[in-house]
Amino acid sequence: MSEQTLTRMDLRDAVYQEVGLSRNESAQLVESVIEHISDTLAKGEQVKVSSFGTFSVREKGPRIGRNPKTGEEVPIHPRKVLTFRPSHLMKERVAAGNKA
Amino acid sequence: MIRSELVQKIAEENPHLYQRDVERIVNTIFDSIIDAMSRGNRVELRGFGAFSVKKRESRIGRNPRTGESVNVDEKHVPFFKTGKLLRDRLNGKA
Repeated sequence: MSEQTLTRMDLRDAVYQEVGLSRNESAQLVESVIEHISDTLAKGEQVKVSSFGTFSVREKGPRIGRNPKTGEEVPIHPRKVLTFRPSHLMKERVAAGNKA
Repeated sequence: MIRSELVQKIAEENPHLYQRDVERIVNTIFDSIIDAMSRGNRVELRGFGAFSVKKRESRIGRNPRTGESVNVDEKHVPFFKTGKLLRDRLNGKA
């Protein structure tokens, strides 16, 4: 089985086939879902999608990094990072589906 | 924000759709992503991030209570990498 990459287009097609909407409107709805999630996270708020997973924003403190090429020390400023914690359902389905 | 609030917001923006259809649309999106990953595929949403599957090799684990060795089989786990645009937005750069 060769690995494929799905994109917004594939999600649009899935929505298009599920509900009787136009391709254009289906695409807009996919975009709208992605945007609402992004906007919420950008505000620093968590997004919890039951049976899918949880996106949360974590604060990282400052630390001293090093340029691996030159060995030079560079300060890494405090920043926010996103973590995704998959639901049990997602973990189970991914584990079962990829079993050798 | 939880799933039902997301559905609510989309429904408010699309008054011509029934709430139950919005629910189906939102479910379809999340189900398609899980489906793709369960088939070993990646889902790449530019600007947002990418869902992929990582392989964890089999290893010898240990029962922390008894100290007994146990074989842990190879398994596949979901992984998400944040997109550049979203990462920048979290830090107020976009």
